[in-house]
Amino acid sequence: MSAILQGAGAATALSPFNSIDSNKLVAPSRSSLSVRSKRYIVAGSDGTNNKTFASSSLIARRSDPLIPNAVATKADTAASSTSSKSGHELLLFEALQEGLEEEMDRDPHVCVMGEDVGHYGGSYKVTKGLADKFGDLRVLDTPICENAFTGMGIGAAMTGLRPVIEGMNMGFLLLAFNQISNNCGMLHYTSGGQFTIPVVIRGPGGVGRQLGAEHSQRLESYFQSIPGIQMVACSTPYNAKGLMKAAIRSENPVILFEHVLLYNLKESIPDEDYICNLEEAEMVRPGEHITILTYSRMRYHVMQAAKTLVNKGYDPEVIDIRSLKPFDLHTIGNSVKKTHRVLIVEECMRTGGIGASLTAAINENFHDYLDAPVMCLSSQDVPTPYAGTLEEWTVVQPAQIVTAVEQLCQ
Amino acid sequence: MALSRLSSRSNGIIRPFSAAFSRLISTDTTPITIETSLPFTAHLCDPPSRSVESSSQELLDFFRTMALMRRMEIAADSLYKAKLIRGFCHLYDGQEAVAIGMEAAITKKDAIITAYRDHCIFLGRGGSLHEVFSELMGRQAGCSKGKGGSMHFYKKESSFYGGHGIVGAQVPLGCGIAFAQKYNKEEAVTFAMYGDGAANQGQLFEALNISALWDLPAILVCENNHYGMGTAEWRAAKSPSYYKRGDYVPGLKVDGMDAFAVKQACKFAKDHALEKGPIILEMDTYRYHGHSMSDPGSTYRTRDEISGVRQERDPIERIKKLVLSHDLATEKELKDMEKEIRKEVDDAIAKAKDCPMPEPSELFTNVYVKGFGTESFGPDRKEVKAALP
Repeated sequence: MSAILQGAGAATALSPFNSIDSNKLVAPSRSSLSVRSKRYIVAGSDGTNNKTFASSSLIARRSDPLIPNAVATKADTAASSTSSKSGHELLLFEALQEGLEEEMDRDPHVCVMGEDVGHYGGSYKVTKGLADKFGDLRVLDTPICENAFTGMGIGAAMTGLRPVIEGMNMGFLLLAFNQISNNCGMLHYTSGGQFTIPVVIRGPGGVGRQLGAEHSQRLESYFQSIPGIQMVACSTPYNAKGLMKAAIRSENPVILFEHVLLYNLKESIPDEDYICNLEEAEMVRPGEHITILTYSRMRYHVMQAAKTLVNKGYDPEVIDIRSLKPFDLHTIGNSVKKTHRVLIVEECMRTGGIGASLTAAINENFHDYLDAPVMCLSSQDVPTPYAGTLEEWTVVQPAQIVTAVEQLCQ
Repeated sequence: MALSRLSSRSNGIIRPFSAAFSRLISTDTTPITIETSLPFTAHLCDPPSRSVESSSQELLDFFRTMALMRRMEIAADSLYKAKLIRGFCHLYDGQEAVAIGMEAAITKKDAIITAYRDHCIFLGRGGSLHEVFSELMGRQAGCSKGKGGSMHFYKKESSFYGGHGIVGAQVPLGCGIAFAQKYNKEEAVTFAMYGDGAANQGQLFEALNISALWDLPAILVCENNHYGMGTAEWRAAKSPSYYKRGDYVPGLKVDGMDAFAVKQACKFAKDHALEKGPIILEMDTYRYHGHSMSDPGSTYRTRDEISGVRQERDPIERIKKLVLSHDLATEKELKDMEKEIRKEVDDAIAKAKDCPMPEPSELFTNVYVKGFGTESFGPDRKEVKAALP
């Protein structure tokens, strides 16, 4: 079990969360454009902090049977593993705002650009209050021209600024696909390493509440084959803030996928500075019978299904893959080696979605460990309809997850 | 004759004949005033004066660098036909005056970003012939380590941002660079160059709108060579006055075959952009080659037209006439200079040919920047983890 929690080779024992080591933040030299402070707290990957695996670190410390409260998303689980420091409770969009604000305070090169992010405060209030605090030059209201302002963000990033580009809805970023694919992803390579593009492109996507077909797009499948970018999807206030901060500090272009329906999730997060590793998956609920891989909103559907499954006697292991590009095949692989069955639950379309790539990756790498074919539950290959009942049927529902698990575990 | 006159100008220092060329270029800074051949046409601004301040040093420097650029492009033509350069190769011969004039008006802190016709601009920004030919042939010593190719030349230290293949996409990037310059209070400007074909891209107007709204020091330079690959400008644009298409943004139309007009316009534009925000420059220029090496260049225009421009408006010939009329060098000296340039180019090609191709492991480098102090793994974590700085 502990092998799953540690990164490869970091075989240290679980240390209590409050032992923040001396890799505390060092204020960066604000004068030069190119020097960055390189020491940060990292949650999880080097084994010193294990907050990434919130519930699992709690579980591993207990020697009780491994079927705890199956709905691990409840705030108490996360809060209780914050051993000594009491955190503060907030909603997911506030967590994103907090992460953004802290990074803007920390590094004057960070700026935000997007439609209505400034005076209006952001269409989902992620950038609320930032314009008053940092001014119009750092929180920029752009006209409605995704292609141009994404390009401008990338051009500014080439010189050393760190723009955070917001697409009001992820679907609008399709207009900027050329800039994201050709310039953002490839400039580091085609310039032979001369230019880095430390840009963060973020925005809400996914199927909402009857928003209509064009406003319910899942772009992770379109962007996933662009070389040179990283994609992460946040799902809880804790990892939202952590991933936002990590994405801003990363030298690579990162696309941060948020979900329209998750903005009001409440959770208690630590007071101190922390980031989440961009390439790591999160163990939501360890188990023995089957590995369920999911991300973003589907995590909650899976956890709901897990409650039913536990009552039926199954012990699913739920992993929130978080890192959509590259996949954290280490965590996933260890899980597959343990359970031998994989179910992928995602919100992408069936054809060419994240699940499709993940299925291929798992089959390629862990074929010998599989007792059953990898099953992938994804949204239907249809434009999202407006009618509520139809919309419900385009995405995966907990009942379908339960049926799938039962089928796989026969 | 010319030499003795020069020696009297440079305080009577007698130099041996063999050092004549280096002396011609390096010592004499006597100011010369040159009139541009055509007046500027302005939109929403006052055009600059037609008298350009220059010096003999600058004149000879212009001649030498333009001849070098011309020679480099012709050599690239032969290399392409010899299949040493593959893929796309867009040549700049005929348009050298734009690159040269712009460089003369600005510093290395000012940024230039352009599209795929970037070899000469890269050279003007301080790139070496060796880097150019190595990159064209895909060798390790190339400016992008052989991984970019003809359309992806960059030079970060000279603020040259490339080198872009997708038509028009570099203009928003350029406006972003101008934004960063304003953000960092750098007192520098960005020249975002594009062609008459790209002038019809929507993202240009989007970027121009933002630049004008936020007062960015962006200068949009339209190198109008009258053909967007095979489509003449009157067939592609309802309004071919590209300098006016900024509407609320001032514009200036410049004779792009006259290096001094270009220099004057760029100086004017830089001053304007630092104070009042974006401006559009339209450089009326011409390319002798086709759009790229796969385009003969003669299916959509007549050979008479090409040779006509070459006879009447060639930028190097113009400078040559000025040099001769100001008695800065004789015909023979200029011819010798050209021979020397030819040799320089041939040497660079030979040196580049000897350069090795990139290592196979270079396929995977520079895809991501590994950062921020943690261990990092490859996409499947099978590779050995690297302890990062």
